[in-house]
Amino acid sequence: MQTSATRAQGDRGAIEVTSLSKVYASQHGQIKALSDVSFAIADAEFVTIVGHSGCGKSTLLKIIAGLLPSSSGLVKVRGRSVTAPLSDVGMVFQRPVLLKWRTIFANVMLPIEMLRLPRKESAERALDLLKLAGLSEFRHQYPAQLSGGMQQRAAICRALVHDPSLLLMDEPFGALDLMTREEMNFELLRIWSERRKTTLLVTHSISEAVFLADRVIVMTPRPGMVADIVEVNLPRPRMPETKLDPRFSACVQAIGRKIGLLYI
Amino acid sequence: MGLNKTDISTTILSITATLVLWEVLTVVFNVPGFILPPPSAIFIEGVTRYHLYLYHSWITFYEMVAGFVLAAVVGVLLAVVIVYSRILRNMLYPQIVVLQIVPKVAIAPLLLIWAGYGITSKVLLALLVSFFPIVVNMVTGLVAIEEELLDLCRILQSGRWQEFSKVRLPNALPYLFSSLKVASTLSVIGAVIGEFVGGSEGLGHLIIIANTELRTSMSFVSLFSLSILGFLLYGFVLLAERLCMPWERWQSAAA
Repeated sequence: MQTSATRAQGDRGAIEVTSLSKVYASQHGQIKALSDVSFAIADAEFVTIVGHSGCGKSTLLKIIAGLLPSSSGLVKVRGRSVTAPLSDVGMVFQRPVLLKWRTIFANVMLPIEMLRLPRKESAERALDLLKLAGLSEFRHQYPAQLSGGMQQRAAICRALVHDPSLLLMDEPFGALDLMTREEMNFELLRIWSERRKTTLLVTHSISEAVFLADRVIVMTPRPGMVADIVEVNLPRPRMPETKLDPRFSACVQAIGRKIGLLYI
Repeated sequence: MGLNKTDISTTILSITATLVLWEVLTVVFNVPGFILPPPSAIFIEGVTRYHLYLYHSWITFYEMVAGFVLAAVVGVLLAVVIVYSRILRNMLYPQIVVLQIVPKVAIAPLLLIWAGYGITSKVLLALLVSFFPIVVNMVTGLVAIEEELLDLCRILQSGRWQEFSKVRLPNALPYLFSSLKVASTLSVIGAVIGEFVGGSEGLGHLIIIANTELRTSMSFVSLFSLSILGFLLYGFVLLAERLCMPWERWQSAAA
């Protein structure tokens, strides 16, 4: 497994993070959440961030989306530095947080309404996405009528409907049971291979991180720092058999050692 | 909340049983009518003078509905103001709580002085008694939003109005309706207190007259009329809730 913490930044224009730090003020003094984080992500790349809980993964994602200010350092998305919430971002959270009073279709249309995009063509895109996610026959139902996995798929559709260039996912499958979670990994890769969005996904499952990604950013806890960036040399499309590939387990073990877990 | 036929028939049966027992006991123990009239006497009183009760019921119903609607409007507006303006929250919330702590019965005579012996004072009292739970619940509903949703709104450049109309307001609806149910029953109390304290119309007024004349069956008909009115208003709120929140059926099924 080759590592590439330092690699030419020229072709990595979708997201550029340069010596980013984040310090929170708390009652017990200052807490350093992120320290000197640097990496770059290329267009249409699928990158995952893996690390212990409390390593500032979510904070990092929020800063990239423009939801949180950084303490120092620079974040650029498509060459422009981020200073306010970005509408060019689709965001998926750990919980689906669908609006329970809207049908699935109306939920997916929420970004269109809020961004005041043309309704008619967007409705077609919403339907396409729902079809792609296998939800088209459930589009007139309310979220409470759907399973957790289906709700999260609807949330992914909602994140993509306004055709953002960036998809940010904060432990999107963390609340799902293991079987649904594996299923969702395939679903996500299928949607991603169709839409080819630059994707940054945070997880604390190493095997999920490796299975999904082109590259894995490994982070240390408190303060969050980039321990390593691991290139995943596995063929796409990824299949259930991919997990049997020795390169897969080698990669998982290498990352595990980095994070400090013991692997035999 | 699904009602099947067994549920309904159980309820009807138990009410009937209570009435029969009541009738039998008053006869067996020879209870004087001015202490506790049998249900049959109450029924006869109600039927023979139905126009009297209809008229006064209408007055009371008008007072409580007007008070209730005003309470809903005032309550929702206050909640919005409290949520969106820090200054107004600091100015208003403590005063609202103090106002709630003062017993409304004690305010009633004052209101009569200010608003007269007519309907207005009763409407105001019904408003005063029932608006507090609406404010409190509505504030909770407007604030209890998942943080991720607010992040989403910011990413989608929603602005305050869209965030309010598309997220906060619908999110507050279940809270609002549960407070409206409470308020609908409180508004009956407000209207009747007003009629007790002073006035010449309404079921509360009838009860006062009945008591001074020891016409207990008249008291009972008024009481039953009052509960029917309260039940009617409560039913309207339930109906509105069903119509406004069709998704809630699934929500409770999932929970």
